[in-house]
Amino acid sequence: MRLVGSRSLAGERMTTKQPEDVMSQTVSREVIVANEQGLHARPADLVAREARRWQSRIEVVGKAQRVDGKSILDLLTLAAEAGTRLVLEATGPDASEALDALGSLFEQNFMLAADSTTHTENETVVKRTTPAREVPGEPAGERGGGR
Amino acid sequence: MKFSDFVAVEAIRPNVAATTKEGVIREMSQSLVDAGKITAGELESIVKAIMKREDLGSTGIGRGVAVPHTKHPSVSRLVGTVAISQAGIDFESLDGEPVQLLFLLVSPPDRPGDHLRALENISRQLRDDAFCKTLKEAGGPQDVWRLLEEADAQSIAS
Repeated sequence: MRLVGSRSLAGERMTTKQPEDVMSQTVSREVIVANEQGLHARPADLVAREARRWQSRIEVVGKAQRVDGKSILDLLTLAAEAGTRLVLEATGPDASEALDALGSLFEQNFMLAADSTTHTENETVVKRTTPAREVPGEPAGERGGGR
Repeated sequence: MKFSDFVAVEAIRPNVAATTKEGVIREMSQSLVDAGKITAGELESIVKAIMKREDLGSTGIGRGVAVPHTKHPSVSRLVGTVAISQAGIDFESLDGEPVQLLFLLVSPPDRPGDHLRALENISRQLRDDAFCKTLKEAGGPQDVWRLLEEADAQSIAS
């Protein structure tokens, strides 16, 4: 982990408190809901899924409320329309990485290629053919990480 | 958006017969036809569109709740209904649990805000365990309607 150097230095000075400080570091990041349809069920599911991959507590702060980013029900109560600004807050050992991953999910419009259209019966659904993006041999589950 | 703004009381089904995902979506859509909220001629198209949406990811959002939905050009305002399955239905839910409470929504394509606010209200109320429990135990459509109205009144008060 990238904090190893500073951690051992600090560790000499404040021996018992320091690990807690690392555990409780909070980072935040502002994102904008770019999706025309807003943060509806599908993007909310994608956000909650991504958030659950991380150990840190993830909260999403809207205009009037703060909700659990790992809960789709909570995220839906934001009723965040297109253009809404939200603040993502992560607290825990992998907070920065979690926010990087979640931030890019918002930036990439939740990877919802065909979302501006309606899903009527005549429409060809693009979505199902696109997710097979993983290259064989690459570690799985690292989408968006490390950037 | 309150329940009473989009739920058609005549279409509420407190004890659905269907045991499958497509079956219950069909039964609920049919209830909207029977209530005069969607036309019989659009039934198949709406069922297919809702199933297509389910293919993208289940709307079984956990806690025994599902919100099957679609946008559809045949409606000019958001219409919806509520169904309860006493047996529970395999809905490929996000948490793997069978679904007992269903809120089906059909919204006009150009009103994403209404759809979001209906989802907001549904999810806000369904975080309340007591509300879920009493809804599951409701005997008839009028009982369900009364519970929804009470929930509406509380959300206005709070």
